[in-house]
Amino acid sequence: MASSKNDVRHYTGFFPITVLCLVILYAPLLVVTIYSLNDSNSITNWEGISFRWYVDVFTGPESDKFKTAAWNSFTIALMASVMATTIATLAATAMVRGGSFRGRGLSLGLISLPLMVPEIVTAVATLIFFSMIDFTRGYLTILVAHTAFCIPFAYLPISARMQGIDDNFEQAAMDLYASKRQAFTKILLPLMAPGIVSGLLLAFIVSLDDFIITNFVKGAGVETLPTAIFGSVKQGIKPNIMAISTMLLGFSIVLVTISFLISKSDNTK
Amino acid sequence: MTDTIAIDVRKAVKRYGDFTALQPISLSIHDNEFFTLLGPSGCGKTTLLRMIAGFEDVTEGEIFLFGDEIKTLPPHKRPVNTVFQNYALFPHLTILQNVMFGVEMQGKPKSEAKARAGEMLELVQLSQFAHRKPSQLSGGQQQRVALARALAPQPKVLLLDEPLSALDLKLRQAMRFELKEIQRETGITFIFVTHDQEEALTMSDRIAVMSAGRLQQLGNAQDIYERPHNMFVADFIGETNLLEVSVDAIQDKRAICHLGGGHELTCDAVDNIGIGSKVHMSLRPERLFLSDDPTESESLAGTIRENIFVGTDIQTLVTLENGPQMTIRTSNSDRGNKRIFEPGTPVYVNMEMGAGRLLVD
Repeated sequence: MASSKNDVRHYTGFFPITVLCLVILYAPLLVVTIYSLNDSNSITNWEGISFRWYVDVFTGPESDKFKTAAWNSFTIALMASVMATTIATLAATAMVRGGSFRGRGLSLGLISLPLMVPEIVTAVATLIFFSMIDFTRGYLTILVAHTAFCIPFAYLPISARMQGIDDNFEQAAMDLYASKRQAFTKILLPLMAPGIVSGLLLAFIVSLDDFIITNFVKGAGVETLPTAIFGSVKQGIKPNIMAISTMLLGFSIVLVTISFLISKSDNTK
Repeated sequence: MTDTIAIDVRKAVKRYGDFTALQPISLSIHDNEFFTLLGPSGCGKTTLLRMIAGFEDVTEGEIFLFGDEIKTLPPHKRPVNTVFQNYALFPHLTILQNVMFGVEMQGKPKSEAKARAGEMLELVQLSQFAHRKPSQLSGGQQQRVALARALAPQPKVLLLDEPLSALDLKLRQAMRFELKEIQRETGITFIFVTHDQEEALTMSDRIAVMSAGRLQQLGNAQDIYERPHNMFVADFIGETNLLEVSVDAIQDKRAICHLGGGHELTCDAVDNIGIGSKVHMSLRPERLFLSDDPTESESLAGTIRENIFVGTDIQTLVTLENGPQMTIRTSNSDRGNKRIFEPGTPVYVNMEMGAGRLLVD
C-alpha cells in the first residue's frame, strides 16, 4: 500500500489529466451513441429522440447488406474463435504442462508475437500468402485469417489460468487410477474451463471487430459487419451507421464483461 | 505386521544426469507395517516414495509389490495410493466426489464408489462435510479428506509424503494417533515419509533413517534411538552429546577411552573398533545426572554453566575441566529428588550404565 503522502492522487494535475484522458477515450463513443437516437437525416443537427435509425438498420434500403454482413461476421467469429481456442488450449497445455523442452522460449515468443506486430503488416503478409498459394479470396480466407490472429488472444487467458493450477492435481488423479487422458478431461479441463471460456469470448470479440485484416483478405462481394459499415461510410455517413455502431458497441461490452467475469470466477468455491 | 513382504526394494538407484539422488538401496517392508522413511530434506526419502508410486523412473534395480515387479507400470496401474504433502484435493469437486474419484477410476459402479466414499468419510469423521468443496475445510480436515481419498480404493500400500508437515503442532500431534489408529484398523501397509524424528519415533513399527541418498540405519524406534549405528543417526535422532574420544584398550567387550582433559570413560565396545582409533561417543542428555561427588564408576568433573528451563525438563550446560561442553537433561517430574546446581558450581556428570555408545564414523 502506498502511504497517503505518496498516493498518486496527490500528484499535481492528477484530476484534470484523468478527466482529459477519459474524455478523449469516451467522448466519441458517447457522441455516436447519443446521435444514433437523433430523429434527423443529418448526422450533426439534433432534432429530438427517435429510434427510427435503429428500425432503418433492419428494414431500410441497406438492411439486406447489413444482415448478410452481420451473419458472416457472426459465423466467422464463432468458427474462428472455437478453432483458435482449441489450438490455444493445446498450446497452453504444452507450454505450461510440457516441462522444459527445446524451443520452449521460442514457442512462447511465436505465440504472443502477433499481438505486437502492427496489424497492417499481418494483413499484407496474409494477403501475400493467400496470393502465393493461389487461394481464391472469399469467406474461407477470412475464416482462416481470423483463426490465425485469434490464437494469441485466446492463449493469454488460458495459459494464465493454467499457470495457477498445481501440477499435483494430475499426479493425484493418476495415482488414483486415472489414465493420462482421464486426468486431463476430468481434472485439468474443468479447472481450466474459466480460462478457456474467457479466451473463447475474447477471440470471438476480436474476430467480430476486426477490420484491417478482413478488408485485405476478403474477396469481392463478401462483407463482414465492419467492412460493410466502412463501405457505407465511404458514401457519406448516415445516422443508421451510428445506430449499427452503437449496437455493435453494446454487444462487445456485454461479451467483454462476461469474459472478464468468467475469468474471475472460481469453480472451486 | 506379518511376515509377508509388501514392498521389496532391491538395489534401487535414482540418477538425474550426473547426480545420484538415491544410492543403491534395498529394503523389505512387511504387510500391515507402519514403515517410516526418515531423513533431512534432500536425503532421497521422497524420491524413493515417488519411485514406489510410479512418478519417478527407477534408474537401476527393482521394486516388487507383493512379489510382482512394478517398476515398469505407470502410476495409474499400481495398486498403491498417495497422500500428498499439500493434499492435492481436486478443488472443483466436492469432498464426496474427491473420495469417490479413485474408486470410480477403478471402473467400479458409482453406487459402490459412493458407498466406499461414505465409509471412508465416516472413518475420518468428516461425513457431515461430504458436500462441501475442499476450500471450505480447514487444513486438518483437508488432510483427513486426502487420507480418506487415498484409502477409498483399498490400496495394497498407502504412501504418505510428509502429510502432517503443513499442520500446526497440536493438530499434528493429534493426527499422529489418528493415523496410527487408522493404520491398525484398516490393516494397510503405510509408508510414511517425514523429516520429523519425533513423528517417526512415535508412529512407526520400523524406521529407515536416510541421509545423502543412502540408508543409514533400519530398525525400530528403540533401536535407532538407543543403538545408533553412526554419527549421523545419533545426531539426527533426538539430542545427544557427541564427544571425541580415543580408544585406549578393549577389555571384556568394554572399550576404555579417554577424551581431552584427561577424562576417562568406558563403554560397550562395538565391532570394527581399533585400539588407538579416534571415534565419537554419544551420550544422551537424559541418561546423565549431576551430583557433588562422583557416584557412578563413570563420572566426569566439570562446572555448571547454565540452566535452561524447557518445560518438561531442565537443560543444564556443563563445561568439563579442560574439555568440551555437555548437556544434561533433568526431568521436572522428579525434580524433588534432584538438586538444581547454580551456574559456577563444580559438579560431576555421572552416567547410567550403558549410556555411552561408540560410533564408528
